[in-house]
Amino acid sequence: MERLIEEIPNFFTIWNVIFLAKAMGVTFLLTAIGCLVGFSVGGLLAIFRKTKSIYLLPLRIFIIIYTEIFRRVPFLVSLLLFFYVFQIIKISDDLFLIATITVCIIATAYIGEIIRSGIESINQTQWDAATAMNFTYYQTLREVIFPQAWKVILPPAFGFFIMFIKDTALASQIGVMELTFAAKILNNKGFSPLLSFGTILILYFILSFPLDRFGKYMERKLASNRN
Amino acid sequence: MPQIEIKSINAFYDKLHVLKNIELNVSKGEIVSLIGPSGSGKSSLLKMLVGLLIPKSGKIYLNGNQVNFKNQSDLRTIREQIAIVFQQYNLFQNMNVLKNVCIAPTKIQKRNPKEVNEQALTLLEKVGLKDKLNSYPDELSGGQQQRVAIARALCLNPQILLLDEITSALDPELVKEVLDSIRLLASEGMTMLIVSHEMNFVKEVSSRVVFMDEGSIIEINNPKNIFEKPKEKRTLDFVSKILKEK
Repeated sequence: MERLIEEIPNFFTIWNVIFLAKAMGVTFLLTAIGCLVGFSVGGLLAIFRKTKSIYLLPLRIFIIIYTEIFRRVPFLVSLLLFFYVFQIIKISDDLFLIATITVCIIATAYIGEIIRSGIESINQTQWDAATAMNFTYYQTLREVIFPQAWKVILPPAFGFFIMFIKDTALASQIGVMELTFAAKILNNKGFSPLLSFGTILILYFILSFPLDRFGKYMERKLASNRN
Repeated sequence: MPQIEIKSINAFYDKLHVLKNIELNVSKGEIVSLIGPSGSGKSSLLKMLVGLLIPKSGKIYLNGNQVNFKNQSDLRTIREQIAIVFQQYNLFQNMNVLKNVCIAPTKIQKRNPKEVNEQALTLLEKVGLKDKLNSYPDELSGGQQQRVAIARALCLNPQILLLDEITSALDPELVKEVLDSIRLLASEGMTMLIVSHEMNFVKEVSSRVVFMDEGSIIEINNPKNIFEKPKEKRTLDFVSKILKEK
């Protein structure tokens, strides 16, 4: 304990603080881009997956294969796979870019499924009533289905987002300088593991707590039937 | 010329043959009731008339024009002229009573919102729900929800109204308030197709009664004859069983 207290002034030097802040920024960006892209593209996938038009059949098949594959492959495996594929075809060696793309692909598959199950939780009778009154598919979704589905979609979606903040730690495995990797480096420099990893624990909490609150806020705002 | 002409219609749910060679004409202002055991195809017939069930063969004419069920604009046309009220009301849970009634006329039919609003208020008053405008469906009793559903269907200004077992999900004491709303409409000359298990009501309001069984129309008769001296044995079996239960 005494050693720990002795260590603190040396640990929180301006350089280390900037180093950790940058790493926190990377973790934040990976999560934010992943969640935003995942939510919007995943939403589109869910919407197209429910269409009936014969012309969209190839798209539906693609969506099903895509979601089924990427929901089943471990995140780390996809990450390594993309890492090596990018190296082989030499598109880019920017580690952050590779991690971001992987994160988006995984998040899209997961959130797409969450949104799809939310849409499907709404009773067929609501569709029937809307169709019988000449609502189109998209009008039904916008006016009737989504306003009711949010309360089914949001809790697991935000649960996923928060889990996702922590999952981005895996990006350290391909060398992306995010929080976990930063802690490892500080640890290797000789700072005690308790201090290095204890600090990022708090930083992870600082990232996820507001997201959790935001989720609760959105649930209240969107999920109530009284809007 | 009949308002609706149904000619040898066949329809399926997957492999289940739910409508077999249906022939039926309905004239303007007529009230035709469909009776028969559960699963006899009554509801399927109504669903088909608003394009929720697409027939495999046969023809339907609305005001003399043939309806092509594969053509979206034909489907839109029939849905503009025919409104349906469902057994489970199917009100939009995310909207209050007034919005439920107004949304399709304003957003889909693109009518003047002010005019729609006035009409909605008149209709809701007619069904006795003027004090529930801002309530949500889950705050209303079944009977009240069903009356909102009737107002919602009427606000579309349909030529024909389809009522699909609208009282069967209701407690007996709530049945009367819904049927009163329908009686009022009947007296105003609206063309209606009614699926109902309320035999007394059927007897009272119908111009003609259709008895269906296993997807086919067995008998079409006037309300007095179908209950007192039906032509077909199957009708007699059904009617006597139902009347015995009462």
